[in-house]
Amino acid sequence: MEEVPQGCPGTGSAQAGRGASCQGCPNQRLCASGAGAAPDPAIEEIKEKMKTVKHKILVLSGKGGVGKSTFSAHLAHGLAEDENTQVALLDIDICGPSIPKIMGLEGEQVHQSGSGWSPVFVEDNLGVMSVGFLLSSPDDAVIWRGPKKNGMIKQFLRDVDWGEVDYLIVDTPPGTSDEHLSAVQYLSAAHIDGAVIITTPQEVSLQDVRKEINFCHKVKLPIIGVVENMSVFICPKCKKETQIFPPTTGGAEVMCQDLKIPLLGKVPLDPHIGIQEFCGHHPPKEEHFLSS
Amino acid sequence: MEAAVEPGNLAGVRHIILVLSGKGGVGKSTISTELALALRHAGKKVGILDVDLCGPSIPRMLRAQGRAVHQCDSGWVPVFVDQEQSISLMSVGFLLESPDEAVVWRGPKKNALIKQFVADVAWGQLDYLVVDTPPGTSDEHMAAVEALRPYSPLGALVVTTPQAVSVGDVRRELTFCRKTGLQVVGVVENMSGFVCPHCAALCLWTLSSRGAWRKVKTSSGTSLRVLPSPHSSP
Repeated sequence: MEEVPQGCPGTGSAQAGRGASCQGCPNQRLCASGAGAAPDPAIEEIKEKMKTVKHKILVLSGKGGVGKSTFSAHLAHGLAEDENTQVALLDIDICGPSIPKIMGLEGEQVHQSGSGWSPVFVEDNLGVMSVGFLLSSPDDAVIWRGPKKNGMIKQFLRDVDWGEVDYLIVDTPPGTSDEHLSAVQYLSAAHIDGAVIITTPQEVSLQDVRKEINFCHKVKLPIIGVVENMSVFICPKCKKETQIFPPTTGGAEVMCQDLKIPLLGKVPLDPHIGIQEFCGHHPPKEEHFLSS
Repeated sequence: MEAAVEPGNLAGVRHIILVLSGKGGVGKSTISTELALALRHAGKKVGILDVDLCGPSIPRMLRAQGRAVHQCDSGWVPVFVDQEQSISLMSVGFLLESPDEAVVWRGPKKNALIKQFVADVAWGQLDYLVVDTPPGTSDEHMAAVEALRPYSPLGALVVTTPQAVSVGDVRRELTFCRKTGLQVVGVVENMSGFVCPHCAALCLWTLSSRGAWRKVKTSSGTSLRVLPSPHSSP
């Protein structure tokens, strides 16, 4: 991985190679010559690589903790139920990679071969890649600035040998920053089918999700639709529903109507999910959730 | 040799606390807001600095959306959210033309604004400055820690929820604190359990809740406070 100086203005910026923090950077001359503003050759390389990938879906949300990774994992598993469908799940949340834990793949390592990095296969037809597989301990923090995270995402898209894939699901961190811009930029020549946007019903989430929708419009990323997660909580004891995150401003339904975007569905808050992520594949008993 | 840092706009701030979590959606902004309100209730003057540039939640939580930021000789005047002027707030939310406007910035631009927020906001006399952060261990966190380091922050309040995916990210955040020399004031487990309003059963989110916590406590050696889920949230 290349080291970038603190305060790097970005290779595409007008200050590239000319800023004070550029002094001493090995790429200074390159940037100053304007080469940094030229399209990254990796974009074409990724376009070639993605020729074996039929559909690419980004899972986004402006808001953290709404269930992007959980949804991405369930979508990947759902698509892979048909053993003739090849599915790939790419986790580009570099600082908070949740996918290895959710998929029960913690501790797995990535192997290199002549054709690139091999994804970790959880089923014969479901391969996974995450920075989590590159860390030697679960306590390792990835304390990287934007340019280094962008480099990792470029490597994931260019150097992972996915093989023939029907669906590539890309799980993202919350926000509208480096990771999102890089994913869209590096896949720009490869055609992204679109984005599925996850939200929870309350306004504090919808507020961030409207920004994410705005981001999609800005970068011309088609929006497949919105999923409202954690719509209602179903009590394991009495089975009655409660809205833990009340949709005081109408929830995703009203937002989608206002912005003319499809609402793909609503998913309840299910305590089983927290358990499954941790315990693997044995469904827990109802009474385990209830404190005596 | 570096010149001594001018105290400038943070000269009147007695204590600085950063609210962190590796994980999104655990309640950092909610807890930052509740902490500020609790400190005000205890008679303190509090400032909140919201450095979540992509998802600034604090203005809405304190019903301060749409307020304007004014300039004075020392820089930007923070927005007072109450009549008594005991809580002041600075957030990128106040600088956007519309609440739906996305801040689509790469790292260097985010770093620059955070440095400005630290140096150019005229906080005045404050007992506490609470710094709310986005999830992660990246540009915003490094920029905030570096800009605040000369003012010796009290440390970090780290927020999590019981699920293993949250605790996993929080362990990484604790590593970040250790590597950047930021003391951990404590860890808060938010949304620990939910009391069903129909049958009063206490539902825990995960079997391993207490077990996962013991591990985190060992690695950080910090105290634990547990907050149950309320029936409804903002």
